[in-house]
Order: sequence, then C-alpha cells, then structure tokens
Amino acid sequence: MAKPVLYSYWRSSCSWRVRIALNLKEIPYDIKAVSLIKGGGEQHCNEYREVNPMEQVPSLCIDGHTIIESLTIMHYLEETRPQRPLMPQDCFKRAKVREICEVISSGIQPLQNLIVLIYVGEEKKKEWAQHWIMRGFRAVEKLLSASAGKYCVGDEITLADCCLVPQVFNARRFHVDLRPFPIILRIDRELENHPAFRAAHPSSQPDCPPEVAK
Amino acid sequence: MGLGNRATLYAFWLSSCSWRVRAGLQFKGIPFDEENVDIVREKRHLTEQFRTINPAQKVPALVIDGTTIIESMAILQYLEDTRPEPTLMPNTPLLRARMREICETIVSGIQPLQNVGLRSRLGSKEQFQSFTKYWTERGLQTVEDQLKSTSGHYCVGDQITMADLCLVPQVYNAINRFNLDLKQHPTIHKLFENLLKEDIFLKTHPENIKHRMIKNVE
Repeated sequence: MAKPVLYSYWRSSCSWRVRIALNLKEIPYDIKAVSLIKGGGEQHCNEYREVNPMEQVPSLCIDGHTIIESLTIMHYLEETRPQRPLMPQDCFKRAKVREICEVISSGIQPLQNLIVLIYVGEEKKKEWAQHWIMRGFRAVEKLLSASAGKYCVGDEITLADCCLVPQVFNARRFHVDLRPFPIILRIDRELENHPAFRAAHPSSQPDCPPEVAK
Repeated sequence: MGLGNRATLYAFWLSSCSWRVRAGLQFKGIPFDEENVDIVREKRHLTEQFRTINPAQKVPALVIDGTTIIESMAILQYLEDTRPEPTLMPNTPLLRARMREICETIVSGIQPLQNVGLRSRLGSKEQFQSFTKYWTERGLQTVEDQLKSTSGHYCVGDQITMADLCLVPQVYNAINRFNLDLKQHPTIHKLFENLLKEDIFLKTHPENIKHRMIKNVE
C-alpha cells in the first residue's frame, strides 16, 4: 500500500497536530509542503485543488482517499490503525479528551487562524489573538485541573496533547502571558523533548525557512 | 453507569450548539430536563455560578451519568459511546470521516466565527453582521461542496448522523440572521427542507421549545 501523504504547512497548528499523531502512532508518511502564504496561498492553486478541492491544509491522502480537518484525520487514524492508541478506552476519559480538543480546535484556533487575522487587520490582530487564546486557555487550564495526570488526560498521551502543544506555540507567537496556566506549561514542557513531538515541530519541517530552523 | 437518571441540559433556546445536543438527546430517546441559560440578554453564561458548570463559559453543557460534559461534539460522541442505539454514526471509518469533516467544517469553520460572543469584540453592529456573514457564507460553500459527494437522503447517505445535527441549526442561524439565500446552495437547501420535517428537528426546534424555556427564566 502506498505511504500516506500529508499536505502540511510548517507553522500551521492544525498540520502540526496531525504530524504528532502520525509520529506517535508510528505511521510512516511523506510530507508535501503547501505554503499558506506564497502567492496568496498555494492551497488555492490548480495542482493542489486536484488533490483537495476544499483547498484546505492539512489534508491526508491515505488508503486511496483524501481526508481534511485535523480532528477528523486523527479520529480516522485511531479507527484504522489502532496500534499505539491516542484515545482512552473509558467513555468518561474519552469525553475529557474530546472536550479539550474541541475547546482548542473550535474555541481558540479558528479565531486566531491566519485568514481570520488577515481579515481583522494588522493593527488589531495581536490583541484579538491574545484575547481568544487567553479565554480558551482559561477554560483548558480548568479542564486540566480535573483531568490531567502526567499529560492532559491521565498519564497516557492522547489527542488532547496533540492539540495542546501546537496551541501553546501559537500562544507564545502572540506573546500571551502563560504564567496563569501552570498545568498547560507543565504538560508542554513534559512533551517538548518527546521524539514524536520534536519531529513534528515546525522547525523540523522541510518547508521551515532556514533562518528559523534550529 | 447510572443510565437511569434524568440528564440536565444547560442550553440557550436559540443557540445552534445547544440545538445539536438537544436533537441528539431526542434522537436517542434519552430523557432530559433543559435549563435555559440566557446568553444574549442576561449573559448568564458569564456568571461565576455557571463557570462551575462550564469553565469555558459556553452552552451547551450536559449533566449526565453523574458527570458534566461540555462542547457539543464531545457530548454527542459521549452519547454515542454510551448509548450506541439508535446510532448517529455511519458504519465505516471512511464514512465516519466524511461525517466528521462536515461536522468540523461547521463546528470549527463556521460557528465560532458567527458566535454572539464576538459582538463585543467587533465594534459596531454592522461590523459584527459583516464579519459573521462573511465567514458563514464561506463555510457553507465548503459544506455544499462536501455534501455534493456525501449526501443521499441525509448529509451522509441515507441515515441521520451527527452531520445533520450540525447542519440544520447552522443553516437556521444563517437564514435568520443574514437572510441567506439557499438557492446558492442547492444540496444544503434540499437537505435542510427535508430535515426540518423530521421529528428529531421538529420536537427540538427553537420556535417549538421557546415558550418552555423563556418561562423558566421568569
């Protein structure tokens, strides 16, 4: 079977979530970089539209299909490649994982997404992004105070961790003060040097600009 | 698991996210009471008291089986995990992925960008209207494209799934707020009109439950 191909942008937090999940589940894949910035966004060009008419990044070509939306991709991987599970068995704990994923993926990220920030405008975008990240992180920190062990939910890495780490990176990009979020910081630090997370980090990506890569 | 106890849904009668869950509970025949949380006039979701129920300060929140769950998709998936029949999910991983793609396009691509919570951050009423209308139309165009390849009688084939639960409330919002012309989205149009005739949406429609919810506040 052909190796899955992930269409990814180095700094996209949604792409990053999927890279982490693929790495954690030890699924070999190829990356094709799609710049969200060059020429107004390579996701709109004809070549990419043939892969993904939705013009969205990330997208994963796997098992002869193209799947979009990072949470959808991650759930598909969980269902079809159950090795190294990223979801607990227990229904309550699964709900806790999904709560954290959704607070981040629908409560924070869409509001500080590149295209939304362009719409909001250069002058207001930083304050706008900071507001929504802080608001979302207050909720996440509260959720983590009940669910976290070593990681977001208990002591095993789950999809919640895959969503959290990229969002923390974004928070730092917008100079959000993270001191009110000690649990978020602790988990982020814990995962910083995990090989799956390191390999998925923007600075390790083939399309990371050389001046940024470590 | 205490499946016999009645659940409590904290919701706003007009909220699209709340409607998704209300419809899910209705579909699965799960007995529940609804507590109205007025997010528009009273802003009850911002009180410290409500923060103890949902730290994300949003509706819906479902108290069920001795626990509280927030985020409509997390709630629906929990209901599916614990009460699998009747199911709200297709029976193959690929079709479930198609369902989730539609759900996520709505849940993270449209709803957060037309939420009433944005009002205070967007200057004038006109700016709010313009912002929310733009992202709604953009998102619904994506949904229309998705549905062209996935839909049968419902969003995904011929069975009601979570995708329908996400679609109907979002389209209802768009029509109410922006007079969205559904003729631009023929697949959505057809599905929306058919779905509104189904019990699952008739019995949970904001206009049909409003009288009960607003009375609770008084």
